[in-house]
Amino acid sequence: MKIIRGRVIKYPDSVDTDAIIPARYLNITDSRELAKHVFEDYDPKFRLKVKTHPIIVAGGNFGCGSSREHAVIALKTAGVKAIVAESYARIFFRNSINLGLPALQVSGVSSKVSDGDEISIDLENWKLKNHNSGITLEIKPLPSIIMGILESGGLENYLKERKGKW
Amino acid sequence: MSMCEKILADASNQKVSPGDIVKAKVDFLMLHEITGPLAVDAFHRMGFKKVWNNERIAVIFDHDIPASNVKTAELALKMRKFVKEQGIKHFYDVGRGGIAHQVLPEKGLAVPGMILVGADSHTCTAGALGVFAVGVGSTEAAAVLGTGMLWFRVPETIRILYHGSLKPGVFPKDLILHTIGVLGEDGAVYKAIEFSGETIKEMSIDGRMTITNMAVEMGAKTGLIEPDEKIMQYVSKRAKIKPKIIKPDSNANYEDTIEFEVEDLEPMVAAPYRVDNVHSVSEVEDIEIDQVFIGSCTNGRLEDLEIAAKILKGKKIYPHVRLIVIPASIEIYTEALKRGFLQVFLEAGGVVGVPSCGPCMGMSHGVLAAGETCLSTTNRNFLSRMGHKNSKVYLASPATAAASAITGHITDPRRFLT
Repeated sequence: MKIIRGRVIKYPDSVDTDAIIPARYLNITDSRELAKHVFEDYDPKFRLKVKTHPIIVAGGNFGCGSSREHAVIALKTAGVKAIVAESYARIFFRNSINLGLPALQVSGVSSKVSDGDEISIDLENWKLKNHNSGITLEIKPLPSIIMGILESGGLENYLKERKGKW
Repeated sequence: MSMCEKILADASNQKVSPGDIVKAKVDFLMLHEITGPLAVDAFHRMGFKKVWNNERIAVIFDHDIPASNVKTAELALKMRKFVKEQGIKHFYDVGRGGIAHQVLPEKGLAVPGMILVGADSHTCTAGALGVFAVGVGSTEAAAVLGTGMLWFRVPETIRILYHGSLKPGVFPKDLILHTIGVLGEDGAVYKAIEFSGETIKEMSIDGRMTITNMAVEMGAKTGLIEPDEKIMQYVSKRAKIKPKIIKPDSNANYEDTIEFEVEDLEPMVAAPYRVDNVHSVSEVEDIEIDQVFIGSCTNGRLEDLEIAAKILKGKKIYPHVRLIVIPASIEIYTEALKRGFLQVFLEAGGVVGVPSCGPCMGMSHGVLAAGETCLSTTNRNFLSRMGHKNSKVYLASPATAAASAITGHITDPRRFLT
């Protein structure tokens, strides 16, 4: 998990969770079924594209709106390996970490990475490298508790490993 | 310290400053029938057998009630079984409660000074009562079910000070839409907002809840209002948990203080597909509408229904418009019935729905077809929010909604309030 490499799908500021998974699918609990509808209205090409472009790079306030964890489940099951954004809506960020999907904050990423670029994310040295431009950007390090949850693969395992204690 | 710093310091038993990460005891947890089932599954997978405290959990059905299809019926059933198995004390099924964010304060389960977490983004509504109230996802809700604790990042606090009185025909919804228009939908990402000033002091509890409800539409972690006499009167009649009066220090360290003079504020409307795409009503008056929805955790309270009834009394809605009115709770429904508001809506040609979220998030009845437009008193106008991706939602106050239902296009309510 320390280095994640792949091509990028780029999104603007304030992509909301209704865009990621519309509420009409919130009564679905099967993750593969949810993934079939990810970005269905907002970006119908996403499902195909994510197979070769597994990293989302976005502007600010990514994942705003509804608290639906279904959004992260759908993204992860569809094949997203990491998200890099200028900033996150709080609940989406927490959901992402809690389900073991790295959500990283990189200031300037929306201007320094383009759609289709190949990037590497180094979670040991907190660097993001854009292989197309050669530019390296700083990733804001995650606090230890958050990194701990991510390294366990999510909050479920984190609490299991600690026998139900924080 | 700001209010949320004080509440988090108290709950984590340590000194805190913005940016710190603390583990804090949660006072109360809310689950509903859509995000709840994922939490119940995760709770079991985490290996928990018993919830941490079955008196400090509420399960409130509100998103798709009564169930409109077999899948949501099954989600509701899963929650009913969990409630029974765990002996969860506060359970509000169809017809017993209403929208969670209204039911929690009404039933005395959200009280000043507590940490309330809810598996829903509009949990922040309870901040109007001085509650540190935050939305969480389902997996975190599962962790709280099992442990009664959660980690929090102590947020920076932005203070918003409102000066002056709102003009007749201008309402708390207009004020919060204006605020979101100024700050932007990412204007307070991961921060707490304290709303204060004489405009807030004058404002009813219903109005204050409209304000804090929409804090999350600026990215805020929560919105808080210092509890005053009005709040304590409301709470003292209802509280099932002991309130703690926590007020901000006069020398609290705010990241920013933003001041608004509200005297000249006009009725405001948020146009698709962003909540911060805010215009004065006069700029959008030519927009024709197909549906009007008055309700939701933002504007389904008694005061909202009262102003809508005042405007609609003795009038008929425009022939091609459908009007859906949904009181936010059974308590509000009952009172609105007693006061004759519901009859006004029916006589005008509207329909009154079961206390629930209704069409707000496009999950159950009242969804829009391609090309349709709804003027709604809700809190989000995102793409696909209320139905087809080619439908549109404009957000406004209940008064603007009622006036627009009469004319068939977005209308300044002051035309009907002289």
